[in-house]
Amino acid sequence: MPRQLVIVASLALLASVSAYAQTPQAATTYAITHAKIFTLAGSTIDDGTLVIQDGKIAAVGASIEIPAGAQVIDGKGLQVYPGLFDAVTQMGLSEIGAVSATVDSSETGNFNPDVVAASAVSPSSEHIPVTRASGITEVLAVPASGGFDSSGSRAVLGGQASAFSLAGWTMDDMQIKRSVAMVVNFPTIQTRSFDFATLSRKERPYAEAKQEFEKNLNELTDWIDRARHYAQAIGHGGPSDFERDVKLEALAPVVRGQLPVLVFADRARDIRNAVEFCDKQKLKMILAGGQEAYKVKDLLRSKNIPVILRPVLALPLEEDDPYDRLLSQPAELAQAGVRFAIGSFDNSFARRLGQNAANASAHGLSYDDALKSVTLYPAQILGLADQVGTLETGKIANVIVTNGDPLELTTDLKYLFIKGQLTSTDNRHKRLFEKYSNRPKS
Amino acid sequence: MNCLRFAVLTAFTLSVASHATLATPPDVSPVIVIQNATILTVTKGTIERGSILIKDGKISEVGPSVKAPKDAMVIDAEGKFVTPGIIDCHSHIAIDGSVNEGSISVSSIANTAEVLNSDDVDIYRDLAGGVTTANILHGSANSIGGQTVVIKLRWSQPAARLPFEGALPGIKFALGENPKRSNFSIPGQPKRYPATRMGVEETIRGAFTEARDYKHSWDAYNKKIAAGDKSALPPRRDLRLDPLVEVLEGKRYVHSHCYREDEILMLLRVAKEFGFKVRTFQHILEGYKVADELASAGVGASTFSDWWAYKVEAYDAIPYNAALMTKRGVLVSINSDDAEEATHLNQEAAKSMKFGGLTHDEALKLVTINPAMQLGIDKRVGSIEVGKDADLVIYNHDPLSAYAVVQKTLVDGRVLFDRDKDIAGRAALEKEKNDLIAKEKAAAKKSEEKKGEQPKKPEEKPKPPSSDRAAAPANGGAQ
Repeated sequence: MPRQLVIVASLALLASVSAYAQTPQAATTYAITHAKIFTLAGSTIDDGTLVIQDGKIAAVGASIEIPAGAQVIDGKGLQVYPGLFDAVTQMGLSEIGAVSATVDSSETGNFNPDVVAASAVSPSSEHIPVTRASGITEVLAVPASGGFDSSGSRAVLGGQASAFSLAGWTMDDMQIKRSVAMVVNFPTIQTRSFDFATLSRKERPYAEAKQEFEKNLNELTDWIDRARHYAQAIGHGGPSDFERDVKLEALAPVVRGQLPVLVFADRARDIRNAVEFCDKQKLKMILAGGQEAYKVKDLLRSKNIPVILRPVLALPLEEDDPYDRLLSQPAELAQAGVRFAIGSFDNSFARRLGQNAANASAHGLSYDDALKSVTLYPAQILGLADQVGTLETGKIANVIVTNGDPLELTTDLKYLFIKGQLTSTDNRHKRLFEKYSNRPKS
Repeated sequence: MNCLRFAVLTAFTLSVASHATLATPPDVSPVIVIQNATILTVTKGTIERGSILIKDGKISEVGPSVKAPKDAMVIDAEGKFVTPGIIDCHSHIAIDGSVNEGSISVSSIANTAEVLNSDDVDIYRDLAGGVTTANILHGSANSIGGQTVVIKLRWSQPAARLPFEGALPGIKFALGENPKRSNFSIPGQPKRYPATRMGVEETIRGAFTEARDYKHSWDAYNKKIAAGDKSALPPRRDLRLDPLVEVLEGKRYVHSHCYREDEILMLLRVAKEFGFKVRTFQHILEGYKVADELASAGVGASTFSDWWAYKVEAYDAIPYNAALMTKRGVLVSINSDDAEEATHLNQEAAKSMKFGGLTHDEALKLVTINPAMQLGIDKRVGSIEVGKDADLVIYNHDPLSAYAVVQKTLVDGRVLFDRDKDIAGRAALEKEKNDLIAKEKAAAKKSEEKKGEQPKKPEEKPKPPSSDRAAAPANGGAQ
């Protein structure tokens, strides 16, 4: 019963703050006092204050003066962390997986470098409030990245991934960075597939699959080569009748090394091929997926290629792999000095992000690395660590206040700050729960 | 390649099996005492630093201390937690091949019990996640699907040893988007009946109307025979209707896949009309909307922890479902529908503490005694009580935590999964595999030299989605 009272009390509190909710507009100042603060930048502060002002973290430390007019939140007994960062999602791009009218995550065609996730993220998606209630405050929306809705093939050049905070009236409010990485689904040799028309497995000759692989790889090479020429041409001003090509234009920052490629590959052979390709083409590579990254860990370390891993709660790829092959991979990569983060690679399952990090920790990864694999590390890998990922002065105030370990299944989120605004944890699920909890006994 | 894969797999299977049974000859159950454990009995509270004595595959004593014979095998569980084996009320592991007979909408003739594959490595993986019993269901492509069977995860035993002795068989029904094939169509083929929820109801009503007539004709025949009428001719046997007659006679459980509140109430009405009981609704993601109706019908609900939005009928799914139904008096379990999800059902149950405020005990029941009651096997399994089967899991932490890792899983008093032994055996397995590959390569090279032909390279095998997470189309509306 006391537990229930606490829940009721905190619900009431959150309800009372939900008016502030949604999005930055007023320059409100908050001070969270007497909390245990996990800055993830230096040591943890046992009894500290965090000041939020104008959407940013204004101060953090053990003895911080509370600015006049600040709304004070007593953090005694509570813990403060940077919000979690889900590094691969289809957030806002997919509402109901089976209904194509609600899905914008995968464009048709094989080479779409010009499409940008941010253009199609729906700020009204019910997934956004559901996800932020689990402590995730920012995500990378990644086109052509799979998920429930990826019934068909995925483009080799999938488009540009966008990072955004999980609250706001418009994407302009929410956006952290419009173009974070170029998605590449690295060509692979697939002989077997599932045929939806006949509901059966389809198999084709190896030679045929290899031919398609080579064709795709050649085309990808061709795109990169053309983009390089295009970038050189526009770099030199070009003739006045220079014909604009939006696809090559989109690839120009890639070949200049300004925009990383987010390369999806899971099998060791495909990862090796991708590394070789990016090396040759001098592309800045981030590996996504990486289920067999452990087999090429030395290569990844020596080339300093970071990995965004799929959920570790997954069965091994091979029947004779150890049963915990993917659960223990993060620990193995950490030991080998490979940089990595963990992503949900999903939309409705994004809220299992913390659970996945905790499971990696249960299988040998240090707790510190587990926590950072869903906060700081994704920020670093995606080049956004100057804005999010830790509790440091000047960063976007995406902050969570909890009653315990944010990776644990039973921990409650007490306060949620997104872009410095106290944000409601209300969502579709909570509303339905309350509605039907109040259904009169029949 | 297939040959090589088979060889490697067989070797793997044998080696794992030999780990598990090293301590005991095949037909003798060891006497085991588990000591110093935090014992979560589920039905009789928690015993701190307690012991469990196991004899003849059964729990023989439980308490702060037990009288163990000197030669008993001792498992020191200092700092560890023991729970009853996890029971998964919705699984598709150990099925050889496809889980759906998707051709016709009443496929009651099909039976999962006849296609059990004891070599399916998912049995071992789920054991490693603490699962000891699973309800093996046909898929959800059809209004009335195939027959189902409850198995114990007796890894290393032949298929004939998997079925749970005495557990009533079941039959899978399915309502909503999957049987009406909302999310896919087969090109070149006309749309199959039923294509609406109305049609699903009539398909079930039609089948039971036939089954009732069929039963009447058998009853009449048996009556004549009993009366000594030797000239009576038996009715024509109908293998499709036989299982439905068993449903009418209460000899077979109905496990019905469903999502929406309206279709749940629909099936309850049809069941009432024909005088049978629905044993469990499966998935039942909108069960929270009709919790009182479910409670008064005395029907069980077996749901997911937090799946949602993969299709329209899952859009109102909420992670509070299990807790809300529990609080309204419904017997609830959390199931997996997926070999991977099954490996952490303890964690999935824990989510009901956060979403809806179940107690620790209530949450643990969702994957132990509650599914046991739903499957009618609670006299044998589902809690740690004297006389029950020694199906136990030893965790290194409180099992309702994301940090809990299974250390040992026992089925019928045998340690069938042992994490330490699994890890210790990996180097030998790896070597065995590499040796086999080397041997195969050498043989291939030899035959290549003979024929002057290129050997084909190993290929990758994408697994077709087998669970409802794949939003139905993948395997014809799986679960």
